[in-house]
Amino acid sequence: MTSSLNLFIGLAMGLNLLALASSRLPSVIRAAALQGMILGILPLLIEREFQWMVIVVAIGTIAVKGFVIPHLLRRALRAANIDREMRPLIAFVPSLLLGAGATIGAVALAGVLPMRPEQTGSLLVPGSFATVFGGFLLLMGRSKAISQVCGYLILENGIYMFGLLLINSTPLLVETGILLDLTVAVFVIGIIMDRIQKEFDSLDTSKLTTLRE
Amino acid sequence: MKELALIAVPLLFAAIAFVWPVERTRPWLLPVAGGLHVAISFWLLIAPPAPVAGAWFGFDPVARAVLPMISLLFFVCSVYAVAYLNVRTERRNRLFIFALLFLLCFLSLAVQAQHLGLLWVAAEAATLMTVPLIHFNGTARAFEASWKYLLVGGTGIALSLLGSFCLGYASLNAGGSGDLTFNALAKQFVNLSDEAIHYSHPWLIAAWVLLLVGYGTKMGLAPMHTWKPDVYGEAPGLVGALLAGGTTTMAFVAVLRVKQVVDAAGENEMTQRTLLVIGLFSMAVAALFLLGTPDFKRMLAYSSVEHMGILAVGAALGGLGIWAALFHVWTNSLTKGTLFLSAANIRRAAGGRNAGEVSGMAWSAPVSARMFVAGLFAVTACPPFGPFFSELLVVRSAFSTGSIYTAVMFLGCLLFAFFGFSRLVFAIVDGRPRTLARAEANRFKETAWVILPPLAFLGLSIWIGLATPSLLKDAWSAAVNNIFPSP
Repeated sequence: MTSSLNLFIGLAMGLNLLALASSRLPSVIRAAALQGMILGILPLLIEREFQWMVIVVAIGTIAVKGFVIPHLLRRALRAANIDREMRPLIAFVPSLLLGAGATIGAVALAGVLPMRPEQTGSLLVPGSFATVFGGFLLLMGRSKAISQVCGYLILENGIYMFGLLLINSTPLLVETGILLDLTVAVFVIGIIMDRIQKEFDSLDTSKLTTLRE
Repeated sequence: MKELALIAVPLLFAAIAFVWPVERTRPWLLPVAGGLHVAISFWLLIAPPAPVAGAWFGFDPVARAVLPMISLLFFVCSVYAVAYLNVRTERRNRLFIFALLFLLCFLSLAVQAQHLGLLWVAAEAATLMTVPLIHFNGTARAFEASWKYLLVGGTGIALSLLGSFCLGYASLNAGGSGDLTFNALAKQFVNLSDEAIHYSHPWLIAAWVLLLVGYGTKMGLAPMHTWKPDVYGEAPGLVGALLAGGTTTMAFVAVLRVKQVVDAAGENEMTQRTLLVIGLFSMAVAALFLLGTPDFKRMLAYSSVEHMGILAVGAALGGLGIWAALFHVWTNSLTKGTLFLSAANIRRAAGGRNAGEVSGMAWSAPVSARMFVAGLFAVTACPPFGPFFSELLVVRSAFSTGSIYTAVMFLGCLLFAFFGFSRLVFAIVDGRPRTLARAEANRFKETAWVILPPLAFLGLSIWIGLATPSLLKDAWSAAVNNIFPSP
């Protein structure tokens, strides 16, 4: 069980690096969507017995993270008619190196933290830390609003992965609430992006520089 | 069930506001909902319900100590909102009113949440509901502020989710059953075996750091305060007042509840030290920026950062300090109400917001300018206003716990903040009105509707300092005893 789980987590970690290295917006959106779908499968692998709630959450996660949100982002991309190249504030190779370094660091850090006996070989914690860091890098290192949203999604994916450690003990109600909040958040972000696009005629957030000391 | 009404009433009115057909009369829903909310929360303050063990949410002593203040703040701001929305008829108000009522609903839910997960969901929802309020003006600057708020606030709230998970995992490692209510968590970490400590405390410390950063972002503690000046500068004044008094209070309550759990595990030295450092750092950063900013609405944001620092220092000092912090939550929020609302009047009368563009407001908007000056003295802790008494208590508790350096730094930051604050306030109040300002002043009339709300806040601020009702004192003591029982 752990080995197939780790395989999927490893894939998700690889997708972080893919998102960091890609220079075009559609491929970053695709990486985030694929990662979201992988996360949707994970609860089914962890849960030993069949439970309706787990199935519902898994389907909900795959639908929202894998299809709904990426669809919204692609639509924003088309509507804004923006140039699909990314404008990195941190260049691709350095961000890839940082991402790889963070992955190694996450494994080392997770080695220090004490795990429960049944979860000791699991990659959940290092995977989660590496994904959170990758999301941060994308959030800070790119100037297009859509790529920042992808960074935020990957960050949330990392946190979701950590949440799976608790899946047996906490009510799934909380997870549903979290998923709902995330969806609403992306909706709100989408609306604001739309307005920024209309107001500034661009989705390049490096143009948002009026407010400062 | 009355505590449920605190959530249901704003929700109901939000639904009514959404379907209400007439643009002109819709703002009146706000004071009606606010009035009902105040009535219920003060009723609960006087006759608190019996605590239900294991409940996910309820009007516990901590909620009792702060929630009536949030209701009061909302009510007075909602009266101002009626006048404000009537002069802003060019903007559609449906979404604004809907979001304001939803914000009240989620603030009431978050302050009453006794469950780690529920608290997070409510805090995140409150964050999202603030966004339409910030870009009400629809200007490019407002969208820039909303975007920064979404990114910084969203990241902060994401980190607090990670922290919540770490805390949940720590509880599992310490042999917990998965009950994530704060009281159960606090009980569970007491008297652990050495092995359980070895397995749970690294996670507990990680959880504290992440949750402090996450909810600290919502509070606006430095260095996570970067969204604050932009948002307070661009949002309408009454939204600023609600953010500075309501949302930040909610985040402070969240920090206190987490501290309750971590302290119960015997890590109180760590929580005290981190809170003290981050609190004093916030005060110092705020004082420095107050000396430099030319914009009087952004100035209020730095003042808010400073006061969040004071709350953190108070919470770090423990016992009397936490009592003083709860007192300060009331005095600071009510005083901020005066400042934000009178600043909004001045902003409308002057048509500008920088010391370079605005002056002579004592002529153009005499009553608002006087209230603004009174608010300056109140918020920089001059007697007889409320903040003087609450900050004095923080200093006293610093001396009584032997933290002389803390007290000295605290007072130094207050002094610099006073310099920065008074420099800017007198620059815009004194002098001759600009010609541009005079033309604008013909359009802006200081009616009773825009004068009375900030005046009410000023009166409340004086009253609560000079004659603190024993009911409130008892409520604060009960809250301190409830979450930090003295051994």
